[in-house]
Amino acid sequence: MRLILRRIVGQLGFEVSDAEDGRAALDLLAGMETVPNLALVDWNMPNMNGLEFVTAAREDPRLREMTLVMVTTESEQSHIVRALAAGAHEYVIKPFTSEAMIEKLALLGLVPTGANT
Amino acid sequence: MTLSASDFAFVAGLVRRESAIVLTPGKEYLVEARLLPVARQAGAASVAEFLAGLQRRPDPAANRAIVDALTTNETSWFRDREPFTALTDAVLPELVTSRSSNRSLRIWSAACSSGQEPYSLAMSLQQALPAGWRYHITGTDISTEMIKRASAGEFSQVEVNRGLPVQQLVHHFTRSGTGWKVTPALRENITFQQMNLTAPLPSMAPFDVIFLRNVLIYFDVETKRSVLRNVSRLLRPDGWLFLGAAETTIGVDESFERVAIGRTSAYRPRVQVPAGALGKG
Repeated sequence: MRLILRRIVGQLGFEVSDAEDGRAALDLLAGMETVPNLALVDWNMPNMNGLEFVTAAREDPRLREMTLVMVTTESEQSHIVRALAAGAHEYVIKPFTSEAMIEKLALLGLVPTGANT
Repeated sequence: MTLSASDFAFVAGLVRRESAIVLTPGKEYLVEARLLPVARQAGAASVAEFLAGLQRRPDPAANRAIVDALTTNETSWFRDREPFTALTDAVLPELVTSRSSNRSLRIWSAACSSGQEPYSLAMSLQQALPAGWRYHITGTDISTEMIKRASAGEFSQVEVNRGLPVQQLVHHFTRSGTGWKVTPALRENITFQQMNLTAPLPSMAPFDVIFLRNVLIYFDVETKRSVLRNVSRLLRPDGWLFLGAAETTIGVDESFERVAIGRTSAYRPRVQVPAGALGKG
């Protein structure tokens, strides 16, 4: 999944870093000079899951500008509502097409509308 | 394996007669890909075998299935965004003023496919219309299969990912099996009906807004003209017509004028000037 996402956003011109889980992602972010525009976050990860990561990222003023998108197989309405309440901006449910991902990023203003056409 | 020229001509002729959609050579791959599930359903091993049988023994149900398979497109929610933004930012405020006496709007989503457009329109209207206003949306499509799907209002996980903001998903849909179903509150006020835009249209009350998007591109200029003429009879004189981004009335039907709205444009019937008034102003 990380490879697929890396390819999709890479083709859109993003420079991509990835991390094993939420804890590793926070460590990676702490060491970065510039905060990324976008974080694509799975729900199910060891050590720190996606919901905990989103909650932690929202509490960090330094990460305020980073857009958070959950990308996960968790498709229950209650999961989506919890992620949004924690501060996620969008939610992409697996399976998805690359067009779907691009359209979601367009909704968030991260890529121009119609980038896939 | 690709379709023989005669099989392609047979399918193109059928689709042309039934829907006025022109399949130009070069679309053999598309025809093959779309017809394979239809052929399998009919018990044939290949598209070629399916078409050979059909040419020996005509079957209206199989013809219908072919037209359905070739005239439907994958579609996303709030497709192209801008027309929906134009609707809520410019068109609705004007209509809310001009229709303030009856507080009711009629919208037509012509060629609505599996229903994403009429449901997106309903979401926009519910969000943008002031309290006390009513709306009715008519969704039509040439494909009976698509009308059945649109009417059921059930969408797969893959479909709800496409262009639908997740806040709208949790607000207007509930889980249904592995997919999602529109809520009764979104489904009400929408009527679905099968309709061929190139045939004489049934009588309907006129509409305030018509979405006729990504339809004209399939037609030759004569058919475009007749579709626009048909549709314009059902548009109120101060109504709005939205076409696809690659479509225009310009050079096809001069009874419309183009109005730029933000990054898109819509079309409105030109004010009819009585002949005697020409040249005086």
